[in-house]
Amino acid sequence: MRVFDPHIHMTSRTTDDYRRMAAAGVRSVVEPAFWLGQPRTNPGSFGDYFDSLLGWEPYRASQYGVRHHATLALNPKEANDPRCKGVLDLLPHYLEKDGVVAVGEIGYDSMTPAEDEAFAAQLDLAREFGLPALVHTPHRDKAAGTRRTLDVVAASGIEPGRVAVDHLNEVTVAAVKDSGCWTGFSIYPETKMSPPRMVSILQEYGIERVLVNSAADWGHSDPLLTVATGQAMLDAGFSADDVDRVLWRNPIEFYAQSGRLDLSELPEPEATFAGSSVKRGGS
Amino acid sequence: MTPETLRTLLGGVPENGWFAEAEARVRADPDAIGQLFARAGRMLGRRQLPDHPAWTAGQAGRVLLLLAIAAEQREVRVAELYWRGDPAERLAVLHALEHLTLGEAGVPLIEDALRTNDKRLVAAALGPCAALLDAAVWRQGVVKCVFMEVPLSVVDRLGERADQPLAEMLGGLARERAAAGRRMPADALALLNRRSLAKGFKAEEG
Repeated sequence: MRVFDPHIHMTSRTTDDYRRMAAAGVRSVVEPAFWLGQPRTNPGSFGDYFDSLLGWEPYRASQYGVRHHATLALNPKEANDPRCKGVLDLLPHYLEKDGVVAVGEIGYDSMTPAEDEAFAAQLDLAREFGLPALVHTPHRDKAAGTRRTLDVVAASGIEPGRVAVDHLNEVTVAAVKDSGCWTGFSIYPETKMSPPRMVSILQEYGIERVLVNSAADWGHSDPLLTVATGQAMLDAGFSADDVDRVLWRNPIEFYAQSGRLDLSELPEPEATFAGSSVKRGGS
Repeated sequence: MTPETLRTLLGGVPENGWFAEAEARVRADPDAIGQLFARAGRMLGRRQLPDHPAWTAGQAGRVLLLLAIAAEQREVRVAELYWRGDPAERLAVLHALEHLTLGEAGVPLIEDALRTNDKRLVAAALGPCAALLDAAVWRQGVVKCVFMEVPLSVVDRLGERADQPLAEMLGGLARERAAAGRRMPADALALLNRRSLAKGFKAEEG
């Protein structure tokens, strides 16, 4: 099984995770910029974070044979802090970079006017820079948040096929499917979506325009739940080709719309997996 | 790699037309380079150039774009492109430094690259641009290569610059490694042996 995790926050994960992911077939990841748990109070913190998502983290991934790309944005939660508004002015510089394959995560957290403004502005940036958009849907009031998300996407004029609406569930999938946007599902140990529920959704709605991710981050999450979902699909009678479509070819099709996805062969990983540049004391 | 060689290599790639236009724009307006420098990677190609596996057309193009900046603007522009660059862009700056004649202004960039944990940047910082580094910083860079398992063949003029303090640092490291039951890389041992032999020879002469 080859796996492309289209949404995972590797900055929050350890090298052990990279090892286990590579061993299980995860060859490529996209890391969306998001909220780090601790609020940032100035655009400079975001600049350093974006540099890390385009510099250190892809390098770290490469040590384990994993290709790493990023999506960059001012996330909805921090869009509510006026001190972070300047991040929108930083983005045009960063959205030119090779490693950026979408604008994201954008969308709603609490559906405030500040979030409306940041969401619309960043959908415009996606169009301007020829990038797809990765849209987060809120945890609270998800059904209403998803409807409002689709309205904003439609109003922006971006092509629905260039938008992925993420963290969907049984209640929100149909509306997103009908809109022509990509449907994203985050498989979590207990909350958002589980492998068996995901299989049921795939049986009902099909395997086109579906992205399955682990969204693993600093919270209770598991970077191997993409692989577990592939196994659950096989157990339920999906073919190996169906699994490859959902877990590999679909995310490539979505992010390749950026024209920047680089899946050329990575150099052979280090002979010892813990290459000294990742080990502490390496410098 | 000389700019002339890079230009010849770039002449052979199909996207050379994009480069010619980009270079002309930078010559006319140094402000244009920010966007073009970032785009050059994907516009010119990120695959290795035939016979020059250390280079891609994108990186060759980036170096030549830096050289197209008007001389009086270079110091400020090049530093800006380095500090705001991703690793590939920073590598291009380091590779271009030897041709840019920035002098001391290049030192903070090279020193920054040496502080990273990215083997590509550390290796580039010890290339020809390392001529700008003072001996203490340069020695730290060489020993860092040994720690990071970066081959010492990346170090420009290693045989010429390797001195007694470097040999002592490597000797100390060799003792630490021996105590821990770990090996020194062969190239570091070879360098250490050459220096020890040279020292012994001089002592005999004296």
